[in-house]
Amino acid sequence: MKMMGSEDVVIRVRGLVNGFGTKILHDHLDLDVYRGEVLGVVGGSGSGKSVLLRTIIGLNSPREGAIEVFGQRTGYAEGTRMRAIEVRWGVLFQEGALFSSQTVAENIQVPLREYTSMPQTLMDEIADMKIAMVGLPPDSAAKHPSELSGGMKKRAALARALALDPELLFLDEPTSGLDPISANQFDELIRDLQESLGLTVFMVTHDIDSLRATTDRVAVLVGGAIKTGTIAELQKDPTPWIHDYFCGPRGRAALAH
Amino acid sequence: MDASDSSRWAEESGAFFTLEPGVMKLGGRWTIETSVPLDQKLRALHIGSGSRIEIDGSALERLDSTGAWLLVRTTRSLGASGCQIAGLKVPARYDRLVNTLNRKQETPKRPNIPTSAIAERLFRIGKSTTHALMQGGRILSYLGRITVESVEMALAPRKNLRLAAIIHQVEECGVSALPIVGLLAFLVGVVLAYQGADQLKRFGAEVFTINLLGVGMLRELGGLITAIIVAGRSGSAFTAHLGTMRVNEEIDAMQTMGLNTADTLVLPRIIGLVISLPILTFFADVLGVIGGAALCYFQLSITIPAFLRQLMEAISVNTLMVGLIKAPVFALVISLVGCYEGFQVERNAASVGLLTTRSVVESVFLVILLDAAFSVVFTVLGI
Repeated sequence: MKMMGSEDVVIRVRGLVNGFGTKILHDHLDLDVYRGEVLGVVGGSGSGKSVLLRTIIGLNSPREGAIEVFGQRTGYAEGTRMRAIEVRWGVLFQEGALFSSQTVAENIQVPLREYTSMPQTLMDEIADMKIAMVGLPPDSAAKHPSELSGGMKKRAALARALALDPELLFLDEPTSGLDPISANQFDELIRDLQESLGLTVFMVTHDIDSLRATTDRVAVLVGGAIKTGTIAELQKDPTPWIHDYFCGPRGRAALAH
Repeated sequence: MDASDSSRWAEESGAFFTLEPGVMKLGGRWTIETSVPLDQKLRALHIGSGSRIEIDGSALERLDSTGAWLLVRTTRSLGASGCQIAGLKVPARYDRLVNTLNRKQETPKRPNIPTSAIAERLFRIGKSTTHALMQGGRILSYLGRITVESVEMALAPRKNLRLAAIIHQVEECGVSALPIVGLLAFLVGVVLAYQGADQLKRFGAEVFTINLLGVGMLRELGGLITAIIVAGRSGSAFTAHLGTMRVNEEIDAMQTMGLNTADTLVLPRIIGLVISLPILTFFADVLGVIGGAALCYFQLSITIPAFLRQLMEAISVNTLMVGLIKAPVFALVISLVGCYEGFQVERNAASVGLLTTRSVVESVFLVILLDAAFSVVFTVLGI
């Protein structure tokens, strides 16, 4: 990845400290995410991947440190300024977090209804279009989340995250709980959407196959610190956890292709 | 549309298209922000059939998936109206997006059944009638099942007579309800005595305020108020708790572990409430009478010994028992409805709210209905 100017930094994290009680989860983290890249975030269970994501999107207030998204500090932006940032990103939660009392089409239309003045016919068309875009069958529009399988729920949640055509997409373990074939399809879908829509993607994952298939760079959370680089760079890293992750049996098998 | 019209419109919205013979030129930012006016203009667009047209979007500044959808939709509708699309050009970086949308072209048919208002109303009446009848039957059969379970448990008291769970329920539904039940009963006692005194004063019979208070509170109001408070407090808690457990698949997990949910979840609640409610009712009776006594002391200058003397004459142990005997029945109804509705929750958040509301409404309704039935029975028996 070539060097980029500061205007191309979509997410900038500086000196982030997070912790619970006396346990320090993030010890002065610095991280930059560049426009148009797919950044994978990996780390062991409890290393604070999801907390990092929640902190960046403003669901968790950090103990210390500054976070800028699109050049605006999220922790301090409030009301309309925060909303102006929020319409420019989409978030896919781990379990989808679809509104269970609404159909898939209604779920997708929630942000459209809130932030635009589209007529219902156009909203219906957009919902159908997003449903087709994420590869769901057309009849899922009228279904409730409880009628969908795990993989379909994730696709529907992705369609909702994409409803406002965001520039930045946060994915929290998009392939967890999917069978390998669905997970592969989901990776392809994310890469496909990222390329056709020019998205910046921040993806928390466990899945080394996904990392290989979708990411440009990887950030590893280990022992409260963060290390970023391409997969090839990280494979040479001497830190034991990173070495085991990329050069252990699963890592070798996944990266052998 | 003429050129000046389109340029004015372009300034307002940031996206525009112009029609020239044989070519439609697109420009500006075709994005979600500009989609509303763009959608209107494109829907109004008509080009005579048989004409040949090229769509030139090479001057587009920005295109997102909403804009690309409008473009694809327009291309299709022009095609369908008999135009021949000679070509579709967009900047190279958007080729992929347009192709993605063009490829996926199935759109679902939305079922749109027109219904008349009268048919709709009739349908709703019918639906709620059958629902009410079915509901009565289902709660009755649930009562049957719980009875069988409790008899089984009583006959073979395994080590799982869940004493800790029952005591926990007594604390939750009984002990923690004492302050609110006491306060409300006290206030009702004050109000009853005040209104009674006001009316009886006309006959110079203020002293019978105490009879009214004693009989009214002990026989009817104490039990009824307590049952209604507990239905709102604990019946709703039962439904919400069990319902959320269902949403989280906790109940499924218990069943697969071979734990009997009636035995582990329902019976402790029923037994806990059946123990708590009579005690709460007695507490409410006492506080209500104290409230009345306070009012009599300050308003009618009846001293406490005089109050007690009159009260002794007005009521007997029977009066108290008539009130208290109803409490376990109310408790059974409240806990049974609360638990039953909890198990009816479907796996979504709205369902928990809906069934909690229903649980409170049904148990308050049944409590008042049963109270009326008790009144009739006691009158017939001459108690």
